[in-house]
Amino acid sequence: MDLKVPEQERHFREEVRAFLDESLTAEILEAGRKTTSVFAPVKEVMAWQRLLHKKGWVAPHWPKEYGGTGWSVGQRAVFAEELVRAEAPPLIPMGLQMCGPCLIGFGTEEQKAHYLPRILSGEDIWCQGYSEPGAGSDLASLKTFAESDGDDYVINGTKIWTTYAHHANRMFLLVRTRRDGKPQAGITFLLLDMNTPGITVEPIVGLDEVPEQCQVFFDNVRVPKRNRVGEENDGWTVAKYLLTFERGGQDYAPALGVQLQRLKQIAARQTTASGGSLRDDPVWAHKVAACESEVLALSFTEKRIKSALSAGKDPGALSSMTKILGTELQQRVTELGIETLGSQALVWQPQALVPGGDDEPLGPEYALTGMAAYLNARACSIYGGSNEVQRGIIAKAVLGL
Amino acid sequence: MNFSLSDEQQMLADSARRFVQGGYQPETLWHQFAELGWLALPFDEDDGGLGAGLVETMVLLEELGRGGVITPYLATVVLGGGILRRADAGWRARYVPDLVAGDLQLALAVDEQERVFAPENTALEAREEGGGFVLSGRKTVVLNGDQADRILVLARTSGEPGDQQGLSLFLLDPTSEGVTLTPHRLVDGHRAARLQLDAVRLSADTLIFPKDTAFEPVRQVLDEAILALGAEAVGALTVLLDDTVEYSKTRKQFGVPIGSFQVLQHRMADMFMALEQTRSLLLAATLKTLEGHDDARQAVHALKARIGGAGRHIAQEAVQLHGGMGMTDELAVGHYFKRITAMDGLFGGADQHLAAFAAG
Repeated sequence: MDLKVPEQERHFREEVRAFLDESLTAEILEAGRKTTSVFAPVKEVMAWQRLLHKKGWVAPHWPKEYGGTGWSVGQRAVFAEELVRAEAPPLIPMGLQMCGPCLIGFGTEEQKAHYLPRILSGEDIWCQGYSEPGAGSDLASLKTFAESDGDDYVINGTKIWTTYAHHANRMFLLVRTRRDGKPQAGITFLLLDMNTPGITVEPIVGLDEVPEQCQVFFDNVRVPKRNRVGEENDGWTVAKYLLTFERGGQDYAPALGVQLQRLKQIAARQTTASGGSLRDDPVWAHKVAACESEVLALSFTEKRIKSALSAGKDPGALSSMTKILGTELQQRVTELGIETLGSQALVWQPQALVPGGDDEPLGPEYALTGMAAYLNARACSIYGGSNEVQRGIIAKAVLGL
Repeated sequence: MNFSLSDEQQMLADSARRFVQGGYQPETLWHQFAELGWLALPFDEDDGGLGAGLVETMVLLEELGRGGVITPYLATVVLGGGILRRADAGWRARYVPDLVAGDLQLALAVDEQERVFAPENTALEAREEGGGFVLSGRKTVVLNGDQADRILVLARTSGEPGDQQGLSLFLLDPTSEGVTLTPHRLVDGHRAARLQLDAVRLSADTLIFPKDTAFEPVRQVLDEAILALGAEAVGALTVLLDDTVEYSKTRKQFGVPIGSFQVLQHRMADMFMALEQTRSLLLAATLKTLEGHDDARQAVHALKARIGGAGRHIAQEAVQLHGGMGMTDELAVGHYFKRITAMDGLFGGADQHLAAFAAG
């Protein structure tokens, strides 16, 4: 048992830092600073993806033969930490984190050859068609139907909470192909082109007034059967694989640590009535310390997962924990953010959050993102399998209840 | 970075678990510990020890915590032994062999009544007189104080309570004139004593470290005690969770096991996460201390705060989910509840350590 960092990883960190220093443009960094969600501003983040792609570092977690980097688990963690530290905007996950791994696991050679390079380069932007108005936590009850018609499926129905559907040119989705039997056994995984006739995308404006989510309607939309991933009626297998990836593949602690440090810097600039700074106020400090010690624990939980992965072991239940802990800490940190900013947090200037916009912040720049981040973060315990669903998974899979 | 146990460490864990499950005799426990080599673990091989480190202590204490074993290990080996390991060769040669053989029990007296726990908060006075020292004052909650052959007493030789300077540590023979020991139990079944000193005369050679310099070694030893307590807590909390889950699968109400109720499932999932986060902090604090990281003490504070917070959460939920049975002295859950409660009260509570973490 030890915390030793291999020599090779220390050099690697320097190499990553040097690359980030020279590659991150002012525009990309501004977008990073103004990202108040999992999803960064599209134009800038896609520019950043192209730079990473050119370097060959766009999908470190993919197998090398498909365009991955071949890095160790430790190197991947170093890379992720440095991205957070540099305030680079996070890459849009639907293609790189979700669809790509599914295709690698279940796609045909033809599908892999066609789609994977376009995911890496950013030529395709993907969205995820899972939830429906009547199928959220009970995803398997989804009703969007794909009727078999010769070499095609004809799709009718609707998907909701489809992030960035209005920016995407591709969608991977779950459809029903059989109505009888167990709900899970009649689901098929498809890929489609968003320009196919019969698709309507309606953005949904969120609490933060940003149209990040969409509802998508399908009216006799034809999808060739060669766009099916896995077998007909076996899409649930593919979907489950993807959900595991979505839940276990992410470290929350590095970003939370950076956010808490930033919060302390902001608190240090707020003068209290007693003449000291908010940073030294015992009540404030106690709350932040409680959060920080929890983040320290989470960082070691995440290290334990990586250590298990490196040793070829299945971290099992630990990875289902990190989604709950990471998102709930995210919510606490954004709460502390608006508490720290006080009335400044209420100043509502969504236009000033648009990178490259003309709107000047009325208050300090650091105050711009606090409220939007707080509002947006309410979603993180809902998406990706709500935290109630996750607790159910722990109860069932770990505790055997 | 690696969180796997070595083969030797795994063997230690296995043998400790077998011992705990095997129905030991409390009367001969201490000499069995000696025979198993557990009393020798942290001491240098040159001093007659096994030269093991904090990870081995963690492994052993987690198993003892899991077994709910009541022992003077913390007082004698971790606290007393921790002081001896930092003392010069003469002290080690004189006391380590007896300790390792199970023939010497120790106690460390720091805590004082109406003074929030902190070594620098020591007021008990040791006045220099005639080439020796005269000690007067009272120490409370001296763990193992009633059974210890020698008590290490932290006293003030200069300065004021609150000063890190001016603290000295004395080796006290509890049969000395002017010593009054009042033995008592702690809520969790451990033994302790109140120590009253009335003009107790000690010669200069009872001073373990140079006069006025005991703060730093005592603080280091208290950090190690918190790590040991953390390991014991993780063992005890594992049992509290496992017993609760098991009970919820067998206890039926409304015709079904109560563990089938979602409201209880989610609470047990939260207990599980609280336990794993405690284990993560135990690993963070232990390995950072072992490797001498700059932020090691921060991690120790975070761990102690968590033993209090998460410990209370898990233990209280365990009692609640056991219903009326959780309130009885019959089930193990009640005993572990009391042990966890006691842990928060030792060496400074959760709020105190969180405040120290915030200031760090």
